[in-house]
Amino acid sequence: MGHIKLNQITKSFGDVEVIPPLDLTIENGEFAVFVGPSGCGKSTLLRLIAGLEDVSSGHIEIDGRDVTDVPPAKRGLAMVFQSYALYPHMSVRKNIAFPLHMAGMDQAEQQRRVERAASVLNLTDYLDRRPGQLSGGQRQRVAIGRAIVREPAAFLFDEPLSNLDAALRHGMRMEIGELHQSLSTTMIYVTHDQVEAMTMADKIVVLRAGVIEQVGSPLDLYREPRNLFVAGFIGSPTMNLIEGDEARKHGAHTIGIRPEHIVPGDPDGAPWSGTVGLSEHLGSDTFLHVHGTGLTESITVRADGEVPLRHGDRVGLTPNAERIHRFDQAGLRIA
Amino acid sequence: MATKASKSAARLMMAPAVTLLLGWMLVPLTMTLYFSFADYRPLRATFEPWIGFDNYVRFTSSSSFWDAVTTTLVMVGSILAITVVLGILLALLLDKPIFGQGIVRILIISPFFVMPTVSALVWKNMMMDPVNGVFSHVSRFLGATPHDFLTQTPLFSIILIVSWQWLPFATLILLTAIQSLDGEQLEAAEMDGAPPLKRFWHIILPHLARAITIVILIQTIFLLAIFAEIFVTTQGSFGTRTLTYLVFQRVLESQNVGLGSAGGIIAVILANIIALFLMRAVGKNLDA
Repeated sequence: MGHIKLNQITKSFGDVEVIPPLDLTIENGEFAVFVGPSGCGKSTLLRLIAGLEDVSSGHIEIDGRDVTDVPPAKRGLAMVFQSYALYPHMSVRKNIAFPLHMAGMDQAEQQRRVERAASVLNLTDYLDRRPGQLSGGQRQRVAIGRAIVREPAAFLFDEPLSNLDAALRHGMRMEIGELHQSLSTTMIYVTHDQVEAMTMADKIVVLRAGVIEQVGSPLDLYREPRNLFVAGFIGSPTMNLIEGDEARKHGAHTIGIRPEHIVPGDPDGAPWSGTVGLSEHLGSDTFLHVHGTGLTESITVRADGEVPLRHGDRVGLTPNAERIHRFDQAGLRIA
Repeated sequence: MATKASKSAARLMMAPAVTLLLGWMLVPLTMTLYFSFADYRPLRATFEPWIGFDNYVRFTSSSSFWDAVTTTLVMVGSILAITVVLGILLALLLDKPIFGQGIVRILIISPFFVMPTVSALVWKNMMMDPVNGVFSHVSRFLGATPHDFLTQTPLFSIILIVSWQWLPFATLILLTAIQSLDGEQLEAAEMDGAPPLKRFWHIILPHLARAITIVILIQTIFLLAIFAEIFVTTQGSFGTRTLTYLVFQRVLESQNVGLGSAGGIIAVILANIIALFLMRAVGKNLDA
């Protein structure tokens, strides 16, 4: 179980309202990702759900039970912190068993659960080590182990991968995804990295300044961003946003076109054309930054990995007309 | 970089300091050792350079020796217990955001700036005096008979005075240790279902282990040498004669330098035994 419902919750620190009234429902078994730029209130929101911060007003329900005034330990949630927050003086075994020990579970059952968690997370050989003797990825797994032995209603992850290097981050992303598949427990995951959000989430919640900008599946957000902020935040490289005459031609204040929906070609006869500036060769793809199109300062185009264009070449650009996003004066999507 | 040249240059430059320090410590220690084997009573113009272990035998066989050792251990042990326990509690309190935190912290530290002699005099005359002391006024106000601290409970009174002096030191070290604790660890423990007392026991106290070790080691070294507080208050009477004070009495009151030196050497040996024992018992916290 793990159905979480936020009902008109707000949070203020002194006079500063960090989260204006907010509603959100996370279904049982869902992998929800809170994503947004730093300072958007996503961590605060997670801490409100965990109970580490008190809400200023509103109600939080878990599985239909009002837990607004319930202390963190009694909410049946487990959290994985950014710094892992392992207890440095305890062995890995004791770290993982700590919540069970606190719950007063009998030794044999504790032992059984720790062994099982350790085998799931490949930690069996490290159970008697101290956290200080482990690598970053192993510490991360211990922190996850400490969360799963409690068999919580939901897992909360607070930017758990930001302390790892790129290769390890990719590996852990897969492991957490696998874990979600095998446990099918609700997970709420906070990150500022839209790639993590896109790859892991069932449901992405995009936040800005404490306000939910859009909620939806990764592809919903990719295909139909509700406003300019979501359009610019989701997708890599970011969407090209064009204002002025070109946008008016489409009956909008701003139009957006993703780099992968523009086809580079012969300058003659193409609707747009410009000069290739920097091109980033990634092997599989090449990102061309095209200048002098008269639309915006620079248009990013995703081309084939072995495209024969160089710095200074003239290039024609053909946008896929069906993939042009239109936004009005206020930045909202025009359907 | 540690090249050969820089290493020898470093040695050369350190040489004066090392020589000075060695001389500073070795000369008095050697002289004390030398006197401890001599019958040296300057006022009686007696100087016999070698009398074997006579001084040591005399010093240890007197009944006051073992009393002094016991008193020293009780005194040091009690002060350590009081300062560490109260220090932890005060540090926990000071770690909380309170109004006027900066001033409160300075006030808490201030006893450490008062010289031992002065603080002992203040306690003796203004706090513990059976007629004019603050405590006696309070007990008379409450209708009780004033307690004559330094006569009725002299050892306890000195423990109280010295604990007051050393509490700031313990608090300061423990406070910095508490401040270095990662807040997420406490939050994780809270999520894991540990109530405040268990969080203290399982997370904060182990985190403080190293700081407590340091407090105990440093304080022991200084507490073994308590002198002014005893000299000013009880002059070593009523069972407050520590080993340090006994040595002082032997040398100055009986004018027997040889006997006092033997006592000094015994005190050094005892202090080393205690230090060794402490290092064994708590020093493992300093690794890792």
